[in-house]
Amino acid sequence: MPLADADHDLVVDELGREPTRAEEHLFENLWSEHCAYRSSRMLLSNFESGGEHVEIGPGDDAAVVRVPGTDTLLTFGIESHNHPSYVDPYDGAATGIGGIVRDTLSMGAYPIALADSLYFGPFDREHSRYLFEGVVEGISDYGNAIGVPTVAGSVAFEESHVGNPLVNVACVGKTTPERLVTAEAQAAGNRLVLLGNATGRDGLGGASFASEDLAEDAETEDRPAVQVGDPYSEKLLIECNEALLDEDLIESARDLGAAGLGGASSELVAKGGFGADIDLEAVHTREPGMNATEILLAESQERMCYEVAPENVERVAEIAERFDLGCSDIGEVTEGNYVCEFEGETVVDAPAAYLADGAPLNDLGRKAPAAPERDLPEFDLAEAFEAVVADPTAASKEWVYRQYDHEVGLRTAVEPGDDAAVLALHGAGDADDEHAIALSSGANPHWTDCDPEAGARAVAVENATNLAAKGATPLAAVDCLNGGNPEDPETYDGFAAAVDGLAGTCADLSVPVVGGNVSLYNDSETGPVAPTPTLAVLGTKSGYDAPAATVSGEGDLVLVEPAEWVAGSGIGSDDPHALGGSLLLSQFGGSDRFPAVPADPGALVDALGRVAGLDSTFATHDVSDGGLAVALAELVTDEAGVDADLAEARALFSEAPGRVVVETTDADALRDAVGDDAAVTELGTATADGALSLSVGEESIVVDAGEIGELRDVLARELD
Amino acid sequence: MTVSVVQFGGSNCDRDAVRALDRVGVDAERVWHEDGLPADSEGIVLPGGFSYGDYLRAGAMAAHSPVMDEVRAAAEDGTPVLGVCNGAQIGSESRLTPGAFTTNRSARFQCEDVYLRVENAETPWTDAYDEGDVIELPIAHGEGRFEIDDAAYEQLVDDDRVLFRYCDADGNVTDAANPNGSKGNVAGILGERENVAVLMPHPERAALAELGGSTDGQGVLEGFA
Repeated sequence: MPLADADHDLVVDELGREPTRAEEHLFENLWSEHCAYRSSRMLLSNFESGGEHVEIGPGDDAAVVRVPGTDTLLTFGIESHNHPSYVDPYDGAATGIGGIVRDTLSMGAYPIALADSLYFGPFDREHSRYLFEGVVEGISDYGNAIGVPTVAGSVAFEESHVGNPLVNVACVGKTTPERLVTAEAQAAGNRLVLLGNATGRDGLGGASFASEDLAEDAETEDRPAVQVGDPYSEKLLIECNEALLDEDLIESARDLGAAGLGGASSELVAKGGFGADIDLEAVHTREPGMNATEILLAESQERMCYEVAPENVERVAEIAERFDLGCSDIGEVTEGNYVCEFEGETVVDAPAAYLADGAPLNDLGRKAPAAPERDLPEFDLAEAFEAVVADPTAASKEWVYRQYDHEVGLRTAVEPGDDAAVLALHGAGDADDEHAIALSSGANPHWTDCDPEAGARAVAVENATNLAAKGATPLAAVDCLNGGNPEDPETYDGFAAAVDGLAGTCADLSVPVVGGNVSLYNDSETGPVAPTPTLAVLGTKSGYDAPAATVSGEGDLVLVEPAEWVAGSGIGSDDPHALGGSLLLSQFGGSDRFPAVPADPGALVDALGRVAGLDSTFATHDVSDGGLAVALAELVTDEAGVDADLAEARALFSEAPGRVVVETTDADALRDAVGDDAAVTELGTATADGALSLSVGEESIVVDAGEIGELRDVLARELD
Repeated sequence: MTVSVVQFGGSNCDRDAVRALDRVGVDAERVWHEDGLPADSEGIVLPGGFSYGDYLRAGAMAAHSPVMDEVRAAAEDGTPVLGVCNGAQIGSESRLTPGAFTTNRSARFQCEDVYLRVENAETPWTDAYDEGDVIELPIAHGEGRFEIDDAAYEQLVDDDRVLFRYCDADGNVTDAANPNGSKGNVAGILGERENVAVLMPHPERAALAELGGSTDGQGVLEGFA
């Protein structure tokens, strides 16, 4: 009996009879945490998801926002593929890409950018490296083959992720109002067409598997629940989808992901207030002898469910044939129940809305943590600088993004390795306008481990700051909320606090959170992951060029930071130099409260955007992992250096969010531009010597670009 | 002139090629491989991507598709043919050009900018440059290591059919500047006649000035002008 007893009783009440085996499995998967958000839906209402530019908010396959002043629509979505990536890192990560790209297709959009945020256990563990290499290779092989550039993302290595890596993938698509499609069935009598790969016995029960803790033997026992990706079919599906849109043949669409055909088809008709009659024997299958439950729930990849007007079914089949894709007319949209027939029997007959929305919410307890004590370690400047700059979380990610095709599509104007990616939106608005988008994605589990709420606030500020530093204005965000077992009150409290913090600061930033994903039960025998609220923020800007992330050597260096700081939570500090959550403490031990966060992040981000737009701004670089120590080191090149002076070491290593180092040739103009919305602190000057000269109180160090490069090259050095 | 950019299943630089060719004033259109070449095609691009998923060997399946018979015939008639990245692999697999492109020395996919030294500036594809010029183009491939037997390599060099070699910023052809382990740092070559060229780097990705990077790829694309 796969369905929990309480759920079983509800289903019996609703149906007035015992569910069939197929129904039992369908309810189990659709009512799983992964599909039904039973432990998180009540928290998600905290997010403000509407706004002037939001066309479609949460609840569809992807959200849709309008590029201000144009007819260009952008789809935006994010997905986790955490459990599969632990069991089989290569295929788990690859199919994560496939899923979020199909979410883009089903809105009638062409995918133009991917961002991946990845979290692993400590880099010095062999198993973390195995997972890391496998995940990156899976993303590389799949994303590169389908021709969608991977332009942004993040990688963090943190203790609590040792038994549970996280793979969060966001995708941006581009479309027009005429081509836009939704996942809401339009009319009874239309046909349901299943298009793409044949259905096999792969990925059975993936949704329910993703809703449990990982057992010790998960790598062997759960492998059948992980799907295998075929990027060639996905690329054909992308092109086929375009061809179907060209001829206006799609009434509505939903990609097949968690819970397979049963999930996609029932959700599609439920959203339109309809039912369906589906003939499971009409599904094109890869292997003989599949039973109804297998056909209904297999998570075979690269499949789409389209609602098609009866007169267009033949043309859809012809186009599928042209792209060597399978195509089955599997049933009809009806006014009745969601009904599936197999071998002359009715194997499912239930209200679609009940399948989609009937799962009751979990009632969960919370237990708040205590504030961390201040217990700071002893360290000397040179030693601390080297350890933090060479920390794998702060180190260069070139080893990663070099394996991703980040240029296909001819849009990439600011490449990975900078604060945010900037991409050209060819053909948006007037021909002469250079409409661009900017993308940043990430979370910092060290921060949220220290203080879930303040850390999550910092994640929101950090991603918005990344955009602003490159001159972009945030437009919308999607979140991927990862946490441990919600049935544990402390774990759930951390998760809920992170959601509160993220929602609160996104609202303060006036950035609507238009979609998201929740992944709970990220527990293993080593315990739950720290709450990890990945936020991907999409922005727009006019013009493709942005200040460099390295100094030119010609200007002065200033730090643009919040005008006023506040404690980000009940356990957070109001001191911006507090060291909680920092890589310094992760390297040297000790504890502290999480630093202060900006009192008015919206005004701050606006001010940072104005600074980036000044002609006298030569370089901008956001301060995040490793604090100013890492930001200053990253500004140095063989040709240009940095000479900076700080009052105390805490200021060098604190990771308080919302700060940008700026190289300017006109500090007065910069001060005028920020007004009262930000504070400006002098740091020193850019130099022509290719070295970082740093004075902190009584201590000073000089590190040249070559030494910095060596420290930052740790991933490539260890893995190649 | 209308250039046909042949789209195989799995091609993914076809749209980019059309956009970049348009930028240098060359009219181009995408042609689905099963539809065959239009009668009026006056040039052919085999674009980058992963034709047929590159599941056998990169370019191997596409080389056997019927449209390649048309491409070979057109090439023999003197129609300009340019293979880029996967298109270079297809060109090599279909014997339009000698040698083979195989797994990078790193055994990983590499997406990065490289420097190339122009070895022969007396071809339509390199007419925009001078011999010895150093240009900057991006690469994005996992199987770009050029291999060929020694005798054929000597012949290729003697016939002046090497177009580009990987080099450092100063034009030195060194092992350190060889991103994938290609024999002789070879990045691009001519077919038996100069109307056919293949290269692993992407000239179409260095053609749009507004993106802020190199525009050195325009010269190669002007081979169609």
